[in-house]
Amino acid sequence: MTGGAQRIWGLVYRHLCMYQRSWPRLAEIAYWPTLELLIWGFTANFFSRSLHGSAPILAGTALVAGALLWEIVLRAQIGVTLSFLEEIWSRNLGHIFVSPLRPAEMVLALPTVSAIRTFIGLLPATIIAFLLYHYDLFAPGPVMLLFFLNLLVMGWWMALGIVSLLFCYGSGAEALAWTVAFGITPVACVSYPLASLPGWLQPLAQALPAAHVFEGLRSLLLSSHMNWNQLTAATWLNALWMLAGIAVFGAEFRRARIRGALISIGE
Amino acid sequence: MSSRLTVMYAEQGRWRPSTDREPHGQNSKRETRSRRLAKVNHPLIPKPWKPSASKTLSNATKKGALAVDHLSFTLEHGQIFGLLGGNGAGKTTTISMLLGLQVPTSGHISVLGQNMTENRFAALARMNFSSPYISLPARLSVRQNLEVYGHLYNVPKLKMRIDQIAEQFRLTDLLTCPAGDLSAGQKTRVALAKSFLNQPEVLLLDEPTASLDPDMGDYVRTALENYRAQTGASILLASHNMAEVERLCDQVLIMKQGRVADQGTREELINRYGREDMEEVFLHIARNNAI
Repeated sequence: MTGGAQRIWGLVYRHLCMYQRSWPRLAEIAYWPTLELLIWGFTANFFSRSLHGSAPILAGTALVAGALLWEIVLRAQIGVTLSFLEEIWSRNLGHIFVSPLRPAEMVLALPTVSAIRTFIGLLPATIIAFLLYHYDLFAPGPVMLLFFLNLLVMGWWMALGIVSLLFCYGSGAEALAWTVAFGITPVACVSYPLASLPGWLQPLAQALPAAHVFEGLRSLLLSSHMNWNQLTAATWLNALWMLAGIAVFGAEFRRARIRGALISIGE
Repeated sequence: MSSRLTVMYAEQGRWRPSTDREPHGQNSKRETRSRRLAKVNHPLIPKPWKPSASKTLSNATKKGALAVDHLSFTLEHGQIFGLLGGNGAGKTTTISMLLGLQVPTSGHISVLGQNMTENRFAALARMNFSSPYISLPARLSVRQNLEVYGHLYNVPKLKMRIDQIAEQFRLTDLLTCPAGDLSAGQKTRVALAKSFLNQPEVLLLDEPTASLDPDMGDYVRTALENYRAQTGASILLASHNMAEVERLCDQVLIMKQGRVADQGTREELINRYGREDMEEVFLHIARNNAI
């Protein structure tokens, strides 16, 4: 393993060890996605049984898929910010920042932890969706992986922005770790089409990769048409937002060094 | 192999004479840089003093009180250097800057030939640090903690090195215990073991024997002496234990209100103040208003 890869593995290993030794943390990862899925799954069931025709069934399928896939964004974002907050809470950042681990390596390590967390978190929900609602997340084929990846990346750049705020405001900003992604849910168009939003909100929604992912997903699920334009738009937007996230992270890290905040960030 | 560490400070772009020997022709470049850094509108106060009850101090903060000011020293290869000072004297800020955690508003810090403001990672791999005020993840076992830092410092043959260091710091029986379950003294030993993992050429230790019983404290001091003798490492030691400083340190720098109050060998300092030991020298400086 090269030096950089070994350092990235060191930070990933630190979090894996923590989950291995703390079952409540491990359970928490799967708890919320499963809960969300159950709520939306039963809601979809209710509509499909109460209303006639194929439309409610398709809408229910889109609802369950939306609930599951939006959890990817939430878990990806929380996975990064929570991993960073764990370092603050354990008062370990001082040791991390004086090790040879580069900020860029930290930017790679935290999403790796987040990806593992997201997989673990969504696995029970995916199985429950299949068993209870007969919904197979992978039925549309390998293209679903592209949707997953876009949603993961969206969670990561949002998390980098939040970690940058933690550099700025310390652990006082930790509430953002749980609230930011929920805050943008209305414009993410998870359960309704972009056209349902008021005109003035649509440009904001279109600036977010999630709106394009879910538009594309609905098109695939409801009319079996793969809209590559939406997926391409989501990918480009993610690339731009990710670059912006990395730039903000780097700038705030440098500012924190100038202020001397790196060692006292949790206080 | 040189493990030299230099700290040079300037204020408002004027360089204080330093003991460091730099190549000719570098001064104008550094002076330019110093002026540029001096323009950064952040005084060297990582945590601004907030004694708001005092109008004078409040004004001082508004003016931008300096946590470290005009500090200049060189830690030579194989030297144990004592950094002393009362609470709030600027020791932690100094160590933060030496580690590159904090950027000086003006001046220059070089560790192992690397500029710590711009190229700290090249030096950090060859340094290490321990402080009882920074914890290790409590949930992880002692071995897991050492494995994590072994990876972060790219330590080769990690398992063997951990077993070796655990034996050295009498941690072998504790390797499977969660770090959070350890006593304060045991945690200090784990932090020290972590700081020795990569066999650093420059070791920065903030109160390394705090919370240790006299037996373990003596054991650690001996370990530091042996490590220096075997590897020629440079050790910077911030301590309030004057007996420890007298025993270990070749050079001592005493800080007060962010500035150098005095500097010299322990014998020089004791003779200069006509005192019996370093404890008395420290008290004399601490209780005397003039720097």
